[in-house]
Amino acid sequence: MRMTQGCFSYLPDLTDEQITKQIQYALSKGWAVNIEFTDDPHPRNTYWEMWGVPMFDLQDAAGVMMELNECRKVYGDRYIRLSAFDSSHGWESLRLSFIVNRPKDEPGFRLGRQEIGGRSIRYTTASYAVDRPEGDRYGGS
Amino acid sequence: MNQSITVRGKDRYKSGVMEYKKMGYWEPDYEPKDTDVIALFRVTPQDGVDPIEAAAAVAGESSTATWTVVWTDRLTAAEKYRAKCYRVDPVPNSPGQYFAYIAYDLDLFEPGSIANLSASIIGNVFGFKPLKALRLEDMRLPVAYVKTFQGPATGIVVERERMDKFGRPLLGATVKPKLGLSGRNYGRVVYEALKGGLDFTKDDENINSQPFMHWRDRFLYCMEAVNKAQAASGEIKGTYLNVTAATMEDMYERAEFAKELGSVIVMIDLVIGYTAIQSMAKWARKNDMILHLHRAGHSTYTRQRSHGVSFRVIAKWMRLAGVDHIHAGTVVGKLEGDPKTTKGYYDICREDYNPTNLEHGLFFDQHWASLNKLMPVASGGIHAGQMHQLLDLLGEDVVLQFGGGTIGHPMGIAAGATANRVALEAMILARNEGRDYVNEGPEILAKAAQNCTPLKAALDTWKDVTFNYESTDTPDYAPTASVSM
Repeated sequence: MRMTQGCFSYLPDLTDEQITKQIQYALSKGWAVNIEFTDDPHPRNTYWEMWGVPMFDLQDAAGVMMELNECRKVYGDRYIRLSAFDSSHGWESLRLSFIVNRPKDEPGFRLGRQEIGGRSIRYTTASYAVDRPEGDRYGGS
Repeated sequence: MNQSITVRGKDRYKSGVMEYKKMGYWEPDYEPKDTDVIALFRVTPQDGVDPIEAAAAVAGESSTATWTVVWTDRLTAAEKYRAKCYRVDPVPNSPGQYFAYIAYDLDLFEPGSIANLSASIIGNVFGFKPLKALRLEDMRLPVAYVKTFQGPATGIVVERERMDKFGRPLLGATVKPKLGLSGRNYGRVVYEALKGGLDFTKDDENINSQPFMHWRDRFLYCMEAVNKAQAASGEIKGTYLNVTAATMEDMYERAEFAKELGSVIVMIDLVIGYTAIQSMAKWARKNDMILHLHRAGHSTYTRQRSHGVSFRVIAKWMRLAGVDHIHAGTVVGKLEGDPKTTKGYYDICREDYNPTNLEHGLFFDQHWASLNKLMPVASGGIHAGQMHQLLDLLGEDVVLQFGGGTIGHPMGIAAGATANRVALEAMILARNEGRDYVNEGPEILAKAAQNCTPLKAALDTWKDVTFNYESTDTPDYAPTASVSM
């Protein structure tokens, strides 16, 4: 299973060169780039763990790439995403978000169905990986 | 022609008939106040009718006037309540047509009511005998009035946050065939399209509750499909469940059921009427629901240039009324849409401030006072091979809906969805890398298709499909013309 959150999940995994260009694009727009990682890729898991704080006032994508590589050294077995934050009035949210690192195996999600009144079903989604404790989900680190 | 001829004092109220232009509805010296509502009409007077009189009649009949002088005017602050036509220009290259600018005092309108605004401005005057035809082209809504409306229930930014999708247009498809599928078969289309990579699927405007598929059945199967696709992809998915029905009670019942089942979005048709739309927008805000509007029926009055209401006015009203999505044209697809006029609609939906832009059909500066932004939807005869043009013409904050372009794919629905998603992501990647994606579009798509058989099949199937017909609704002003405000 390939989890397809983020802007470029339907393309082959981006190379570092391609990632650098996307970061450069975000910086050229004045957006702050943030690195986040998780081992719970539930679609409603909004708050992935932050690798430091968003990088404000940066000119060169190399700075982000350096941090990304540091993050990969520690959390290379987890999902890592880059997101670009636009602080301009009327937006004040993300403008771009894409995955730059994945676990080797992605076990996917279980869809739970709870039969309730009538023919209605209450659905719940959970990553198979979360059956194990945090940090021990994708081979451990 | 630019002189006031208003009769004042005692003579103004002598019993009998008086020309509208003498009754105070033609005031060429009037300077519109910041708080006035301004309407721009395209007036086509009957042969022999003075254009100033025709324009003054429009002002009169859309505000306080009747066909004869009435003494009861004198019990009111009549001068304030009279709409004032303050400017009449011949329409460029259109003999016999005139643009009439009319200002209305804010006190003429009930706060927060599209029904009242539209009843005032288009309620009576369109059948007026001295006119051959009349069209409401544009309106300037003062901030003081904008602030009395809720605006889009969710807005573009929060919709993106809720859907967790940033940096690219959203992708959708309308389930086809639009009529006749059973609930079970219908849900199959939804599942395949969402699993294949679309963000949304959509009911069509005329899918409500018919013998072949009752609404509860549709909702239940669709939500099974949505949840299954969500688990298969790890992404948030949605399907616009059309809650359009005969009564408000029915619509609320359907919307409540959609919410109970966990849908992120419901849909309504424009034909339910402005009041029903505003009610549903309030319901959507209260229930954390995205509200999709299908502009069913609009072409009956928006398409012809001489008579009716321009879609740019409908778009403004709908942003006030509070829907989150509105079909606003594709330019390249099968339905009417001049590129510049369409750009004007998109700006109305997405910007916080629209400067006057006659080339795009925007006649006034319009401030939106931080009202939420409204996501335009491009739907009707578009396919993956046009991705570079769509991105260039329509931008990033738009839902691109490929109905036939997904479901008609030779390898199946999921493959059709994948083709669209891959084409889109490849184009965004290239654009962000600084490539000349508009000109290199076909190459970028061909390259992406090397890793994606479904995209290759889509490009082969639809490579030559275009819809090149003359637009019926184009701007009146060419880029060089300038009209001082």
